[in-house]
Amino acid sequence: MELHGWGRHPRVQAQVVNPASREQAARSLAEPGALIARGLGRSYGDSSLAPRVLAMRPWDRFRAFDEASGVLECDAGVSLKEILDTFVPRGWFLPVTPGTRYVTVGGAIAADVHGKNHHVDGSFSRHVERIDLLLGNGQLLSIGPTTHPELFEATCGGMGLTGVVLAAGLRLQRIASSDILQTTHKLPNLEAALEAFEHHAGARYSVAWIDCLARGRHLGRSLLSLGEHAADGPLRAATGAPLPVPFDSPAALLNPFTMRAFNALYHGRVRRSGDTRRVPFEPFFYPLDALGHWNRLYGKPGFLQYQFVLPKASGAAGMREILERIAASGRGSFLAVLKAFGPGNRSPLSFPLEGFTLALDFKAEPAAFTLLDQLDPIVLAHGGRLYLAKDARMSQATFRHSYPRWAEFEALRQRYHAVGHFASAQSRRLGLQ
Amino acid sequence: MKKVLVIGATSAMAEACSRLWAAQGCSLFLVARDAARLDAIAADLKVRGAAQLGVSVLDLNDLALHAGLVESAASAMGDIDIALIAHGTLGDQQAGERDFTVALQELNTNAISVMSLLTLLANRMQAQRRGSLVSISSVAGDRGRASNYIYGTAKGAVTLFTQGLRQRLHGDGVQVLTIKPGFVDTPMTRAFKKGPLWATPDQVARGILKAIDARRSEVYVPGFWALIMWVIRHLPNAVFDRVKL
Repeated sequence: MELHGWGRHPRVQAQVVNPASREQAARSLAEPGALIARGLGRSYGDSSLAPRVLAMRPWDRFRAFDEASGVLECDAGVSLKEILDTFVPRGWFLPVTPGTRYVTVGGAIAADVHGKNHHVDGSFSRHVERIDLLLGNGQLLSIGPTTHPELFEATCGGMGLTGVVLAAGLRLQRIASSDILQTTHKLPNLEAALEAFEHHAGARYSVAWIDCLARGRHLGRSLLSLGEHAADGPLRAATGAPLPVPFDSPAALLNPFTMRAFNALYHGRVRRSGDTRRVPFEPFFYPLDALGHWNRLYGKPGFLQYQFVLPKASGAAGMREILERIAASGRGSFLAVLKAFGPGNRSPLSFPLEGFTLALDFKAEPAAFTLLDQLDPIVLAHGGRLYLAKDARMSQATFRHSYPRWAEFEALRQRYHAVGHFASAQSRRLGLQ
Repeated sequence: MKKVLVIGATSAMAEACSRLWAAQGCSLFLVARDAARLDAIAADLKVRGAAQLGVSVLDLNDLALHAGLVESAASAMGDIDIALIAHGTLGDQQAGERDFTVALQELNTNAISVMSLLTLLANRMQAQRRGSLVSISSVAGDRGRASNYIYGTAKGAVTLFTQGLRQRLHGDGVQVLTIKPGFVDTPMTRAFKKGPLWATPDQVARGILKAIDARRSEVYVPGFWALIMWVIRHLPNAVFDRVKL
């Protein structure tokens, strides 16, 4: 069947394998042809695409929960939404969550996802105690930060290329309320935005939305949104399905004019800077989850998401250079999200490093590919890199330059029987074995 | 909270129902043949909030075990408020056409064993003068079709049996609910090509719980199947026999 990632570009024909048991999963590994595990398919590009795909979403059972430690053991196909639905009413929350609840635990580990609290709590893998990993030779290994630490680190952020994550144990965090106290600051330009992140480094959650179409002295005009878990209030998770976007929008719906209007409206919505409001956690963490298939808004060709990180030292200058280049191209982004990262971790392919990260969307058209090819060298020149979970187009050279530990990753894959068994369209493009 | 007996607990629809019941804090007694899968499901339901959890591993084709099963479920939970009978197989139609022993096996699993359980549970609920007796039939039981008439015959028998039970128990405070799912995306139907008519087990489960709460008698899930099956039931044989469905 035809498969694609969240960005709906590229599309591939894939044979989907549905293993009903660990034994069946191991047997499918013994068959010829490498494969890649896939959860909810929320990586944007080609990370979960391959001629053979192992469907892990049906593996969606909880295994155990320890009320004392908050450690949840569950199958890899459990979604973050299911965890929230079950545990928020009991006063527990995810330790780290990306901008959508519709990802699986296995996918969150494979991409080592981050949230708005990276500067405080690190990425997803910091809260993972244990992983059941099915190796290419069919062997099941239980790995963790202290058991097979090298393999554990490589698996976190390893894009499914070290083995199949079958189950995991992760530490949830206690909350007193499902509400978030949200404070929004209006910031006139990029420098003010980056300074504000520094100034509010103590805030648990922080994220800024940049108006990419603002130019000149307004370049980097943004809204910084800060959040804390409320100390009292309800413990509620909204159930129910999102609003559907049942068909592809006409490609003309998102164009420089509508985006400029949207951005101006969005920025104008916040009247007073520094106001604090109490909001449910869903709109704070998952504003786009309210709309089912928002990826269809880009029409049939799909879209590219470009998320890069720049080290703190070169952050402001590099960020300005890239924003200027985008503004000059007139190819704005529907969404441009700016976040501060704390220090990275020991995983060879984990994305975060201390600095600032920006995520932008572009309709998947030739001009966008050209623009991004021009942005890559700027990111690299500042010592930055691109997020593999979003990538659909970076070159092998760009990958090797920005993830210098790739060779170490490959050696480890060789050692643990991953080579020849696990490969995605992305890993092939990036020149991994 | 309610006490629910789930027979065929490893079926996708039964598991989806059990998750909703567990989240409500119900007690559950699960019955299935595959011990390993049953244990995995029980562990999951415990985490989801099931108050009490019992399991029993047995082959439901052994009718002699049914009475003991109902007894042990009732004594484990103290009572049975809801019984869901969801076990079944989607056998190989063509193999059943060639060899009637295959068809007989299919009829035993999908019809005879269900009727035996329905009888025991109906008598128990009639005596206690309350309870919900829910069995999963199928749209396939509404009219025999070339592509799956053996399975359809079994399901049609269950539909008729529950219709009779419902009339028998009228006035006794017992709900007899016949569920007729349409196309459901489960491991049992993995080989089929899916289209817009297909529903997820979770959607079907929500429909089942709603029908129990509303004290309904016979429901199609999703509801639009009522219309489709009305048309199919009313096609004259002269037309129906020519089309391949």
